[in-house]
Amino acid sequence: MIPLSWYLILSAVLFTLGVTGFLVKRNLITVFMSIELMLNAVNLSFVTFAHLWDPVKGQVFVFFVMMVAAAEAAVGLAIIISVFRARATLAVDQIDLMKL
Amino acid sequence: MTLDLLHLMPTDLFRILPEVVLTITGVLIMLVDASLPPHVDRRNLGWLAALGTVFALLASQAQLALLQLAERTGFYGTVETSTFSIFFHVLICGIVLVTLLIALDTLPENGHHKGEFFALITFGAVGMCLLTSAVELLVVFIALEISSIATYVLAGYRKENGRGPEAAIKYFLLGSFATGFFLYGIAMVFGATGSTVISEIATRVHTGGHPGLILLALGLMLVGILFKVSAAPFHIWTPDVYEGAPSPVVALMSTAPKAAAFALLIRILYGAFPALQPIWTPLLWLVAVLSMTVGNLAALRQHNVKRMLAYSSIAHAGYLIAAFAGAGNTGITAACFYTAAYASMNVGAFAVVTLISGYEDELPLIKDFRGVLYRTPVLGGALIFFLISLIGIPFTGGFFGKFFSFTTAMGGGAVWLVLIGLLNSGLAAAYYLRLIVSIAQKPEGESPVPPVAQPIGVAVSAALMLAIAATLVLGIAPGEVLKNAAEGAYELMPHSMQMVNSLVFF
Repeated sequence: MIPLSWYLILSAVLFTLGVTGFLVKRNLITVFMSIELMLNAVNLSFVTFAHLWDPVKGQVFVFFVMMVAAAEAAVGLAIIISVFRARATLAVDQIDLMKL
Repeated sequence: MTLDLLHLMPTDLFRILPEVVLTITGVLIMLVDASLPPHVDRRNLGWLAALGTVFALLASQAQLALLQLAERTGFYGTVETSTFSIFFHVLICGIVLVTLLIALDTLPENGHHKGEFFALITFGAVGMCLLTSAVELLVVFIALEISSIATYVLAGYRKENGRGPEAAIKYFLLGSFATGFFLYGIAMVFGATGSTVISEIATRVHTGGHPGLILLALGLMLVGILFKVSAAPFHIWTPDVYEGAPSPVVALMSTAPKAAAFALLIRILYGAFPALQPIWTPLLWLVAVLSMTVGNLAALRQHNVKRMLAYSSIAHAGYLIAAFAGAGNTGITAACFYTAAYASMNVGAFAVVTLISGYEDELPLIKDFRGVLYRTPVLGGALIFFLISLIGIPFTGGFFGKFFSFTTAMGGGAVWLVLIGLLNSGLAAAYYLRLIVSIAQKPEGESPVPPVAQPIGVAVSAALMLAIAATLVLGIAPGEVLKNAAEGAYELMPHSMQMVNSLVFF
């Protein structure tokens, strides 16, 4: 049987990939996908820990995370569309009307 | 674990009564909005939302009756009614009410999806209220998202502007990013302790568990929450979002979600990780110093009023976090009080800014505020009053907020933190005074720019009055609010009653 720690390591790797993608990528959609990757990495952790502790609690959490991710996707894509309508670009570097 | 959902007690529903009232109000607004013909003005829906908020306020007062019961939690131990949660419920409902009153008079006449605007504010309030009474991390997460998603949309409400969508996308992306960290923290704490109930986590952290995982969890959750309260170094989004979002929305989101997030921060730190206090105190020391210094230094360089107030709000998060250097109960009391003081003066300041700059921010710069005191003495005077409170001059809420926060930090032995805080308060006075001077200067030239909103409407006057009254009461007679804050703190941490008496001498 595959030890639980492997799943945790995979989850950490996926989460790091998500963070890296968020910081490196220059397209709004890709940045948004990186966030989704982070959430899914967390879900993997939850399922692993559910196996370790309490099968119901951890897995219920996963369902709620998925639901919230769906709500976020709906709102996020709507915002991305409104950005595209206003600016006709999805490049992060060009969304710069306001600077620090 | 049995899922006998039919065995919910009536008291369970009573425990989330304010949230239920707000949800029903929001749904009602959406339904009426959808059934009205398109050309009808939706302004009255704002009154409906305000009415619902008043009912929610009454509902949270009615919850005081629940405190008599032996059982403190409901819904299988996921929500708790305590003086702590009621304190924040009243505060948040108050802020939402004032925001709705501002919006009622300042939103453009028609074609602006007003109905949805009011509904979104109401739904956001549901999340913020729930966040302060949740004692289980799943509910915490859901509440955090309910409040966040509503504010993401509200931030981008001025779609035509270009800055609106930009503010929304920045807020949304960075907010979801921070939520990801918070969620990963929850997963780690679940892995380390096998529980997501805050009180259970505390006992299991105390008896061991996996120290590495727990530390990681604490760090990740802190990132998520500190982002929501816009403390440095997680503050980058704040000025851009405040500049791009409509001013009434900024009045809301610079205060209410922050108050809720501070309540969450208190619950997580003092409720779940009291055993790790030696670790998180220095961390928050650093965050407090960074927030104060970065916020104030950056605010000095701003020409845009809303950006300046954004950086000032970062600095204020710093002053508040300084209270966490105080051990146990006093830290919580001072932080709760500061939240109330900050909320009342900041919401008031943004109310005036909305009126002077206009909904579309026609007059956004500090130099545009020149001579406001002569053109509309009421607005100029009110803004000066709020700025004086933000500086922290006595007889205003801001003074006592800072006073309690710094006294607490001093009691916790953080002398340097207090010194840096006091220096920062002096520094902050510089940019607030710059704006005050600009307001009080005689308007130059032959054609002074008239303030946009003339005459001042009934609703927004009521909002201003409420904010001024709250700031004054907190500055002249802070005793009652402080007592409530201390009671809430005591209920949260009954084991550490040392020193709290030193604060309640008023």
